[in-house]
Amino acid sequence: MFDDNQEGSGMRSIVPILTVLAALIAIWYAGAVALNADWARQQAERQDRTLTTSELIVETWNQDRPRLPAPHQVAVELWDTTVEKKITSKRSLVYHGWVTLSVTLAGFGFGAALGIALAVAIVYSRTMDRSVMPWVIASQTIPILAIAPMIIVVLNSIGMQGFIPKAIIATYLSFFPVTVGMVKGLRAPSAMQLDQMKTWNASGLQGFLRLRLPSSMPYLFTSLKIAVAASLVGTIIGELPTGAVAGLGARLLAGSYYGQTVQIWSALFGAAVLAALLILAVGVFERIVTRHMGFGR
Amino acid sequence: MSFAVIFAALMIWFGGWWMNARLARIRGGRGAGALAPILFGVTVLVLWELLVRGLGVPGAILPPPSAIGQAFAANLPTLWADFIQTFVKGALSGYVIGCSVAFAMALAVDRSDFLKRGLLPVGNFMAALPIIGMAPIFVMWFGFGWQSKAAVVAVMCFFPMLVNTVQGLAAADRMQADLMRTYAASPLQTLMKLKLPAAGPFIFNGLKICTTLALIGAIVAEFFGSPTLGMGFRISTQVGRLALDMVWAVILVAALAGSAFYGVVTLLERAATFWHPSQRGR
Repeated sequence: MFDDNQEGSGMRSIVPILTVLAALIAIWYAGAVALNADWARQQAERQDRTLTTSELIVETWNQDRPRLPAPHQVAVELWDTTVEKKITSKRSLVYHGWVTLSVTLAGFGFGAALGIALAVAIVYSRTMDRSVMPWVIASQTIPILAIAPMIIVVLNSIGMQGFIPKAIIATYLSFFPVTVGMVKGLRAPSAMQLDQMKTWNASGLQGFLRLRLPSSMPYLFTSLKIAVAASLVGTIIGELPTGAVAGLGARLLAGSYYGQTVQIWSALFGAAVLAALLILAVGVFERIVTRHMGFGR
Repeated sequence: MSFAVIFAALMIWFGGWWMNARLARIRGGRGAGALAPILFGVTVLVLWELLVRGLGVPGAILPPPSAIGQAFAANLPTLWADFIQTFVKGALSGYVIGCSVAFAMALAVDRSDFLKRGLLPVGNFMAALPIIGMAPIFVMWFGFGWQSKAAVVAVMCFFPMLVNTVQGLAAADRMQADLMRTYAASPLQTLMKLKLPAAGPFIFNGLKICTTLALIGAIVAEFFGSPTLGMGFRISTQVGRLALDMVWAVILVAALAGSAFYGVVTLLERAATFWHPSQRGR
């Protein structure tokens, strides 16, 4: 899903990207008119007014509970709930975002460590490879997210609440992509290169540190980007059944209970910004590590 | 009593592992390749059964596999209705809509280098977003029925499919494209004879990613509102009643459906891209 040909993009792609984004926003505004027009006309009928086309458009972009809020409404809500509110306030999106982010990072950290350890075990043990690897792949076809509520409720009934159950779901979701990617990466060196290590009389550990580990880095970072996104999704879904206490998932659920569409969309954008920042952070980390390992371009 | 059971469970674990270690040493042989994971799975199931019974874990926390099997067998009609509602109506229709729209759009985008450069990064970014969060919005727009689930699934599948197809259509190398030009091939001929075949592995990669997303989207969307059937509805209501054997039975259905769906797409891939290096040499 993530190609790393960022050299090819860069400045040259800025104009096309901006064009696509502008088109998306235009479609969004048009969609807001289409979806909110009925409600605006009904309101006008009740007040015995007839709306001209331009009035109708303005009405549809400024409703309290629109079916589809216009982009500027979401932007205003985002500004209100991040900058205007105190961070400690329960209505601050920064507070909810932090709740989600901390769980995501914990789950991602555990998941990545577990995934790498499992991949090393699979590459070095034939038994693990033969018996566990098929299950790791099969488990990808199972909708793990769907059992998130059960995990939350079950852990709750044995007295675990809040942070840990959500982190377990995030761990679970993020460790599979890392395992699969890392196994591929550790097996990336060709037979020729492995033979070369042997002729240099390299020990198993040296072969791992000098050849297998460096050549697995591109695979590792690609799967880490997928894993961090999966970890965020897992955390958000994990926040749903807890009764909408805190976190971006809770904001989504509360918004859908009370028909607060603007709140739903702003929570969605909060999640999108978090996802972007997390993937960006992994990308920066990747650049530092690859440069340190001597992959300088 | 319980110590004996735990001891037996440990023995079975080591026994299974030892047999797998022996199996792993036998090289080649198709039978041994399939046997090791099956043996591992059976070992885990027996271990689960014995530990849950031996430690007296209450059914409200983790039911033993035998209880899950009973719940599965006893509720077949309910589970079948849930399966039709969630998988066939919700996931499958959304999957077909999302993937075909993305495919058509990729074909259109492929003609313009400008659009390709703009759409690929945006699409890549969108594919990584928690799109599943749109579920409450779609439930609000399209109601509690399967239509809202299909919409969630369609949007979830759209971006991974779009990105993979666009990348695939660009996969044919320069030389081959030039060769098509020297043959005076029309754009349609180039598409049919060169670009689409070259894109095959990428397209199927997208289709495979989407199988998992489709099932997840359809089930999770039901958490935000559904008629009184469906796999997501069953999971959330039975969790509330702490009837976990039934929840696990639904998960079993989801796992079977998900694996079968993935398997079918893999078979299609093998039939369509049999010539590709990744499909040969096995």
